Formats: sequence, structure tokens, C-alpha cells
Amino acid sequence: MKEDTKIKGFEAPIYFKYSYTAGATTTLFLKKLLEGKIVGQRCPICKGVYVPPRGSCPRDGVATEEEVEVAHTGTVESFTINYIPIPDGDVDPPFVSANIVLDGADLSFMHLISGIPHDEVRIGMRVKALWKPKEDWEPSLTNILYFEPLDEPDRDIDDLLNKYKNA
Amino acid sequence: MPTLAAVVGMGQTYHKSKRNDVSMAGLVRESADDALRDANLDWKDIDAVILGKAPDMFEGVMMPELYLSDALVANGKPIIRVHTAGSVGGATGIVAASYIQSGLFKRVLVATYEKQSESNAMWALSTTVPYAPLINAGAGGYFTPYMREYKRRHKAPDNIGRLVAVKDRLNALKNPKAHLQIEGINEEMVEKSPILWDPLTFLESCPSSDGACSLIISSEDSVDSNQTPAWILGTSVRSEPTMYVGRDVVNPIAGTECAKDVYHQAGILDPRKEIDCAEIYVPFSWYEPMWLENLLLADIGKGWMMSENGDTSLEGSFPVNMSGGVLSSNPIGASGLIRFGEAAQQVRQKAGDYQVSNANIALGHAFGGGAQFFAMWIVASKKP
Amino acid sequence: MRKVGIIGYEQTPMLRDAGAQNEVELIMSVVHKVLKNLSITQSDIDFTCSGSCDYLQGVSFAFVDGLNAISAVPPIKESHVEMDAAWALYESWLKIQSGQAEIALIYGFGKSSPGEIREILSLQLDPYYIAPLWPDSVSLAALQARLLLDQGIISEKEMAVVVQDSRSKAIDNTNSQLSGDFTIEELLQEPYFVSPLKKHDCSPITDGAAAMVIASEEKAKELYEYPAYITGIDHRIETGQIGARDLTKSPSVEISAAALKLASKNIQVAELHAPFSHQQLILTEALKLSDNVLINKSGGALAGNIVMTAGLDRIGSIFQQLKSNEVHCGLAHATSGPCLQQNMLVLLEDN
Repeated sequence: MKEDTKIKGFEAPIYFKYSYTAGATTTLFLKKLLEGKIVGQRCPICKGVYVPPRGSCPRDGVATEEEVEVAHTGTVESFTINYIPIPDGDVDPPFVSANIVLDGADLSFMHLISGIPHDEVRIGMRVKALWKPKEDWEPSLTNILYFEPLDEPDRDIDDLLNKYKNA
Repeated sequence: MPTLAAVVGMGQTYHKSKRNDVSMAGLVRESADDALRDANLDWKDIDAVILGKAPDMFEGVMMPELYLSDALVANGKPIIRVHTAGSVGGATGIVAASYIQSGLFKRVLVATYEKQSESNAMWALSTTVPYAPLINAGAGGYFTPYMREYKRRHKAPDNIGRLVAVKDRLNALKNPKAHLQIEGINEEMVEKSPILWDPLTFLESCPSSDGACSLIISSEDSVDSNQTPAWILGTSVRSEPTMYVGRDVVNPIAGTECAKDVYHQAGILDPRKEIDCAEIYVPFSWYEPMWLENLLLADIGKGWMMSENGDTSLEGSFPVNMSGGVLSSNPIGASGLIRFGEAAQQVRQKAGDYQVSNANIALGHAFGGGAQFFAMWIVASKKP
Repeated sequence: MRKVGIIGYEQTPMLRDAGAQNEVELIMSVVHKVLKNLSITQSDIDFTCSGSCDYLQGVSFAFVDGLNAISAVPPIKESHVEMDAAWALYESWLKIQSGQAEIALIYGFGKSSPGEIREILSLQLDPYYIAPLWPDSVSLAALQARLLLDQGIISEKEMAVVVQDSRSKAIDNTNSQLSGDFTIEELLQEPYFVSPLKKHDCSPITDGAAAMVIASEEKAKELYEYPAYITGIDHRIETGQIGARDLTKSPSVEISAAALKLASKNIQVAELHAPFSHQQLILTEALKLSDNVLINKSGGALAGNIVMTAGLDRIGSIFQQLKSNEVHCGLAHATSGPCLQQNMLVLLEDN
């Protein structure tokens, strides 16, 4: 080291191991994904179907127990084209991530969209899930590789969730 | 019933990408010393310390109030560390105000900071948790779809975000403490910057900064004649769940309820008219028009027109982010308090080159999480 | 100062491992109970504040999920401290003092089982000089115990008495994790864990959650028959530089005790948040508690230590003890940081 070298900083890495618990409701959701099903829960008060289910309806503050299987098709509520990779993600940018409302569900969740030029993705478009081969399934939403275009007319997004807004 | 409180001192560091010359303690202490000088006070005058910071996992320091008690001269005093999501700097200012409003303390120091250069915020925000049911696309990936939906819903022109980005950075050129000092910034430069999450470009997003901001808050009786107070007319916080059936993330109810509460406390009936200027938490350009509507400062669908026609510029009819805003400096844990503090600077007539003339009532706003946590305050040059 | 009363408190059973129950499920159980006991709902609550620590879960903003355990639609006024929930109680108490709330909900939660809690707590230390050496929480406490023993301030037997007392009192606490009847000899014969501490001198690893409701005097009387009034509350911190402290004493507790004029109070019961047996001896000395005071009827932190909630639990336990006709004045203590660095005292009286 040269005489005039000053140590300005050092890296002190931190490594911790954690055991993680999904919780009862997420476990239900993930187990159903292992069966190729997408399952949500309905709130007994507002009747809204949560996908993924959370065990409770934060809107009404009650437990949600009724299991509801939803379709693998849905509508794009909003989206963006990512030019920055997700840390630890599998997909190379640019890729489309979108908030999708599955048919039968009453709110959206985020997933990927592919199989269509990025500049043709639009709010209101209809999509369907493309699953990985069955032998590759895990208890994970990544069993669905992405959502691809469904040959149906676009839905009116303002119409879609109006029954709950401002209720 | 609350005791009247006032901001009597404000301090902040020069916000930069890397402050290699100070430790975390040095960084936050710098802003605290600055605030004390501004208030003409000494450490012995401080009764309690309120610390605010973003997640511990950023810098890898757990419960930093324990480590910082020396630097903030808190030994033998009460210290508390507030940690709300995203809006933390603002919420911390509000907790500090409540110390004074309780009638039990005379003067408190509120300090907030982030040493982003010693942290890995990107990693800390996207740790892969096994069995996580959802994809985590990072902050930009989360917010950009809602900006896109706002644009669609209200048929806003494409360039609104770029106009906001330019306006805030032009303001920053007048603020020596601001991180980003981009000479010659214009719409074309913003449009040509790398695209991050379509349609948002690099220059439409906030930087990552090392920085700290501290305020001294005093009770009415303890304000000295050699101090310049910004009277706190109202404070409010609201939270809503991240996801629930019927939630409108583009125009979240919690933000509007928070605004209504603070306007009511301050006796404001027509916020657009009665408030002179605002420091609003805009980390991505399109959030300026979105929040103008959310905070009832513009009619629904008309926020972007204010951004477009110059209303929100320094010389406009409703200046927003005169300091350059979050788009120009973003030490995450401090950004909320900077908004609150810069609002106070305006009514104290201490904003230097970015001073709005006749600023008597100003709004400070912070938000965080999935646009679900809000903190706001209103400060005034005169007592209520 | 407005009189503020505690009117409800619920705690989950303290478990070595809550298994598949996640934090949200733990919080939901106690929040629902504490509100139901008072026949109120979240909409009756003016302010909510929670205490927890992200590092226990290894996720930034882990506490945000906690909102899913309560009802936040319409939006609520809430806040959070990255500290023991006793400090969430303090923030809520201030809100009521200022007149900005009449009734507040506090909750704390923590699962210590998923992570390596001893090492995680090392991150509370100076990040440049000390933390990279990884002195864990048990080793630091052991240093403190060594100082006390070497200076003849306490004996190993006195430490064992604290443990014996905790285990035996915990038998009657249905939520306790560790309880039982042990002789001093049995305890003294146990091997050292981190010398001079034996395993039983250290609080166990615990998962759990707790919730509490406080209200202004007027509101408290409306909703509950036996409010426990907070007649004094004070917290202080000492330096984070371990070498710059006299670890055998607790000056911050002494400052708070003086501020609360404890010497003039007739304290009958006390709950001391001492995660290590020798620390209870330090606290008893600093507080000058007379021999008549019943200490840690719950068993204290040695019987179960929900990190980030154990301080609130001490306060909750005094609230429960004040329901009895014979107890009118109790003192609760909460601590934060290594070796009793930061401390809070809460004086509770039934009128």
C-alpha cells in the first residue's frame, strides 16, 4: 500500500438465515397452484373475491374463509414495460409487468405479459395464463410463466370494478 | 386543546450521491447542528429527540437510535425512532410535533437521514421471500402502471411528466442543498434519458441521495424573539391497506382524507386559494398532477393542466416543490421531513433564491408504501 | 397532564415456535380479542400504533403487513415505531395528551424463532467499530454479569433465585413458555451457556404478539370498569458505547425514577423487563424497590420474551394485576438495546 493511501471504507457483509412461514392462507393458495388451480377467498360482507387470498378482507376487517376458484383468463388493469431487471428475477428486460384482474376475482395482482409486441399491450386487453409444464410445478405463482393475449374484445376497465369503488 | 407548536430551526446537509467524508452519525449530526444554529439554540435546550429513518435493512444498522444517542446528545433524554413506510420523514415530524402539542415538552429535535451510499436500498426493497405469492417489480414497477392509468383516465398529453421533471430540476438549480444540479435541463434532455419503466425515463425519477434533515420544534411559550417561527396549524396521517377490493390506487382515499383532516385543522376551506405553496412528495414525475387532484388542489382530471400551464412553477399561481422536491434530492428517510421543513422555510422567508413571495401558508406532504401511507402538515407565518 | 387509562390487554401464548402461524395471524388474534372485550371495533379507535422490528423477519417494511390484521378501511390514523411496543404506547399516550385522540390501540409482535436473534441484535451496535466484530446479545449480557460478579455486587446464587422465582411464578401464567419448580441447587449445577450465564439466566426464544387499548379518563370510564391509570411515564437512553457505561448500574432508570417521584409512591407490584437474570438485580437496585414489592408475578421475560413486545407485556401484566382489589399501585419497566441501554418506566394506579 502506498504511504498516502487512506482507507475510506470497508465492506462488512451481513449474512442471516431465516425460516419462513407462508401462513395458513398463502399455503392454501400455493397448494392449489400445485394442482394447477387459482383459488381466492370471498369476503362474507362485501362479497369481493381476493386473489391471492389473504385470510382477511382489509376492507371489512373480517376473516375470509369461503374458497372460490377463479378462471385463468382475465383483463389487464394497468401495466408497464420494465427496462430495469427485477433483482433476483428470471426475466431479462425489457419485459411487461401488469396488474391483471382474473375473471371471478375482484381485484388485480401483478404478473408478466408476453407473446405480444410491447407497444400493442393495452389497458383493458384480455389475457390468459400460460402455465409451465406440469412436471416443473412448485407451490408458486411462477407456475404461470406469463399471461398471453386472449382473442376477445377489450373490456371497458372503468366498468369493470365500479361496483366496489366508493362503496 | 393541543399546545401550539412552531418550527424554529431547520437544517439539512448538502444532499449528494456519496458523502464519503462523514459516517452516518456525522451525517445526521451535521443537519442537527445546522438546525440548532438556525434556531439560536444549544444542545442543552433540547428536551427530547425524535429520530426517523427508512428500513434498518438499508444500511444494516438495527434500531439506529441506539447507536446515534451520542451524536444526537440524547444520553439521559428520551429518544424514540419512528418508522412508517415511505412517508417516514413526514410521520416523524408529526410525532415530534405531538411531543410539543402534549404540553409536556418545550423544545424537541427531530432528525431524519439516509446514507444510501452505505446501503443497498434496491436489494433491501426486493428481498426474495420464499412462498411470496406475488412478483415484486420494485418501486418504479409498482407505481408506473398507475401513472399510465392516470394518463389514460384523464386523457393527459404524453409530456406532462417531462414538464414536471424539468420544472423541479430548474428549481433545484436555485437550491444549493439539492442533490441534482442539472444545468440546461429541458424537455428534450428528459425525453432522451434512458427509459426505466415505460413511459417513465431516468430523468423523470428521483435520485438516490445521502442526506439528513433536522428540525427544532418549540412550544409557543418557548419561542424566543431571536427566532423565526413557522406555526404548525395542523398535522394529519392516514393509512389504508395495500390491497383491498375497490381500492383506487391512482387516487387513494387515504390521501384525500388526510388532506381534508389537515385543512380542517388549519381552518382552510378552499385549499387551492388559501395555501400559498406546497412541498409535495413527488418521486416520479407524474405524481405531481396525481397528487394535486388527490389533495383537492385541482379538480379530478385537471391536475395535469396545472402542471402543463406553469401554475406549479416557482412563478406560477400555485408553486409546488420550490426546493426541487424529491425528484432533485432523495435521502429516503429524510425526504418526508425535507418536504415539511421546506414548507416551513417558505413561511419563515428563509428559502433564499427559491422563496415564494408572500408565502404565508404552506403545505408539507409525504407518502409511502404502496401509495397507502400519508402524512401532511400546514405551517403559517402567523399564529392561528 | 391528562389521566390516561389502560382498559384492555391481550397476549398470545408465548411459544418457542409459532410454527405456521405468521405475524399477521398472531396480531389478528389479539387485536380482535382486545376490541371484542370492550365491545368496540376499529372504527371506534382514534389512533393505532405498533412496535416491531423488520430484522426479526428479514424483510424491509415487514410491519406494513400488520395492517391486514386490522381494519383500515376507511383509512385510519396510525403510526409505527421500530422499537418495543412500549414506545408505541408512549407515542399513543402523547396523542391523547395533546387532545388529538381519546382512545388508542397499540400492538406489538415478533417471531424470534425464524432468524438468528442473538446475532441479529449485534446490529444494534456501532456499525463501524463494534458490529463487524459480531458481539451477540448473550455475550454482551455475559460481560455485564461478569462485571457484577467480579465486583461482588451480586452472586450466582442471587441470579439463581431470580430464575427460580420466575419459573415458579410462571406456573400460574397460562401464556408462559417456561415454568416449573426448581431448587437453587439444581439451577446452580447447570452448565454454563455463555459464562457466567447459564441457559436459564437468559430469556428463551419466543414468538408472539400482544395488543392493548388505552383511553382518556372519560372514555376509559365509559368503556371499562377497572382502568389502570398511567400516572407517570418516562423513558431515557444511555450511550451506545458499551465501554463508556458502568454496566453494573442503570443511571437512565434512576433518572426516570426520580422524574416519577417513585420514592413517594406505595408500589405494591412491579414488572421488570429483564431478559437476563442479573439485569433484574440491577433494576431492583436502581429502583430501590422494597422487599414488599411483588416482582414479576407473570414470570417476567425469563418465562417468555416476545422481542419487541416484552416491554408492553410488562405494562399489560401490571394492568392485569391492578384488577385485584388488593393492588392499587404498580410499576412497569421496559428496556431496549444491549445491557439495558434504554429504559422506560410506567407507573400505574387504579384511581
